[in-house]
Amino acid sequence: MSHTRRPVLAGVAVAAAVAAAWLLFFALPRWYAQPTPAAPPVEKPTAPAEARKIKATLYYVSTDGLRLVGIEQDVPYGEGAAEQARRIMEAQIGEPPAPYVTAFPQGTALRAVFVTGRGDAFVDFSREISANHMGGSLAELFTVYTVVNALTTNLPAITGVQILVDGQEVDTLAGHIDLRHPLRKSVQWVQAPGAAPGT
Amino acid sequence: MIAKRYLAGALVAALTAGGALASLALAAVQVQDAPPYTLLSREGRRPLAARRVNGQDMFALDELAPLFNLSVREDALAGGLTISAGRQTIVLSAGQTLASVGERLISLPAPAVRDGRTWLVPVEFMSRAVGPASGVRVEVRKASRLVIVGDLTVPRVGLRFDDEGGARVRLTVEVEPATGHRVAEQAGRLVVSFDADAIDPRLGAVPAGPLVAGVRAAEDQPSIAVSLGPAFASYRVADAAGGEGVGRFVIEIVGAAPAAPARPALVPPAQPGAPAPASPATPAQGPLFAEPTPAPTIQTIVIDPGHGGTETGVRGPNGTLEKDVTLAVARRLKSAIEGRLGIRALLTRDGDQTVGLDERAAQANSNKADLFISLHANASPRASMTGAEVFYLSLEGYGQEAEAASRADGVPLPVFGGTARVIQLIPWEMAQARYLDQSAELAGMVAGELGQRVPMSPRALERGPFRVLVGANMPAVIVEMGFLSNPNEERVLITEPFQNAVVEALLQSVVRFRDYLRTTAAAAAKPGGQP
Repeated sequence: MSHTRRPVLAGVAVAAAVAAAWLLFFALPRWYAQPTPAAPPVEKPTAPAEARKIKATLYYVSTDGLRLVGIEQDVPYGEGAAEQARRIMEAQIGEPPAPYVTAFPQGTALRAVFVTGRGDAFVDFSREISANHMGGSLAELFTVYTVVNALTTNLPAITGVQILVDGQEVDTLAGHIDLRHPLRKSVQWVQAPGAAPGT
Repeated sequence: MIAKRYLAGALVAALTAGGALASLALAAVQVQDAPPYTLLSREGRRPLAARRVNGQDMFALDELAPLFNLSVREDALAGGLTISAGRQTIVLSAGQTLASVGERLISLPAPAVRDGRTWLVPVEFMSRAVGPASGVRVEVRKASRLVIVGDLTVPRVGLRFDDEGGARVRLTVEVEPATGHRVAEQAGRLVVSFDADAIDPRLGAVPAGPLVAGVRAAEDQPSIAVSLGPAFASYRVADAAGGEGVGRFVIEIVGAAPAAPARPALVPPAQPGAPAPASPATPAQGPLFAEPTPAPTIQTIVIDPGHGGTETGVRGPNGTLEKDVTLAVARRLKSAIEGRLGIRALLTRDGDQTVGLDERAAQANSNKADLFISLHANASPRASMTGAEVFYLSLEGYGQEAEAASRADGVPLPVFGGTARVIQLIPWEMAQARYLDQSAELAGMVAGELGQRVPMSPRALERGPFRVLVGANMPAVIVEMGFLSNPNEERVLITEPFQNAVVEALLQSVVRFRDYLRTTAAAAAKPGGQP
């Protein structure tokens, strides 16, 4: 009796293990991947999941050159704060909408974004962000606060932003703004000149 | 009250028993003329004749009475004098050194004596009797024959002369109490002016030589003049450690004979915040003393020409480099500050070198600079942007630690001698935290003065997390003189009139900020004043 039962039990165990593995590695992740379970499944298999967009405020230099302006743009959806931060920053270094200009130097590429448990984001750019920077306090302030504000405004989980260059901590981009610590959001550069700072 | 006054008078009378006898004896006293004193008051200065009786300097009451509104009444019977000064009465008895002022007894170094028709009183009568009776501060300095009436600042100015082998002369000036001063070269003289109503000069003898022909105090100005000899080439002023409440500075006068090397930039210290290097390149360049006293006014300004070396800064559309513009203006500013304000000015670089941002602030810190002015030229992705901008540090972006540093109270720490001293413990890299308010004040003044002379950006005054400012242990600002990215402004920035206008604006800002420091220091010194 026991001899005939053993293979059956073993078969059941293997089947259970396979089922559990399927559940763990395929079914559950898919289920979790659905942000809104009620949402209909993707209709076209050719459209990737990242076609989903969110609205994000991106920053550009105003036409008079005196401040940054926040413009709402469609940005690809990203899973989790770090991934979403990466998507926002990729959109931010892209072509600006007319009539605005970007505060990023030519050739700047995004290498990586990390977010710590304390809410500090580390944004790693290619060396062009520093090497090609035109210099000047105002231009540097605009570059730095474009990065800081784009992340802190759109992602409440991020409270501080530190810029890295080629994976390294840097003093400044062009000799002015202190980048040795994560910087917090500042609306000073988004406001018209003369507006009360810090408000 | 009246009864008490008479009681005091009676007490003096009792103490002066036999006063009449004494006054008779005084007939034999020998009265000599003495060099006059100088009376200093808000109304100006005037000579005050003096006599000498038994080695004691005396003033004639007849001469003092109209000056101090004294009404003198002689009591022939008691052999004494009753003098009304203000609301109080002074009672003097002939032959006695005790007198009463109101209800208080005072002592004098010698009794009042009659000289013909007038009475002579010791010079100390002014400070011990007339002053308290009139409610006015009166100070008598016998050594310099001064009587100072009212709240005048009249520091004692001493001078030590050291001739170092003919090529260099050091004049060590001691000022007590410590008082602000300026040194300026004017028509073959170095004029040392003090922020005082008058000075009490004790200059001593200065031998005439090829570098210094003589030193004398001005007649009617709080200044001393050093007459320069034919071998004079240059001078510099450095602060030195004085005693408590005593200011001391050294004027070093250098001759032309041995060719002095061109002034290099500061010798950079090995480590940020480290003490000043022990031996500078030439003795004439480095600090004269390792530990200058904390300055009550502006004595050293460090000018920081932005960028340099491999860090060119902004490149204008026509190829102008920011590092060249900043150095040109910095050199002009240095000579203007030294020549016109007599304030020591140092450059963080005096050539096309790469200098780290930490090193720039460290140079200012180790030279105990009172101000740090960093010169820059701006850029914008919008070529239309023009105008000057002034920046000071904001710690808002740095987080709570930095903001706590700006509010840090002193911590009492034990010091040599078994006592404790309150020491400000602030991380080195946050040194600027303590000066945010003063830097904001300075930046406002710079923006205001620039605005009267050169075009300003609509963002004329801003703050931000500037790397070069955060470690500066003194009021510090960044001046972006204009936008090199604008072709028109690029052409203007390199012109002499524009650079001189910037220099003039900064010079006026330094003068205004010095006044501001003095005003706030005076307000803090008053009882109940805000520190």
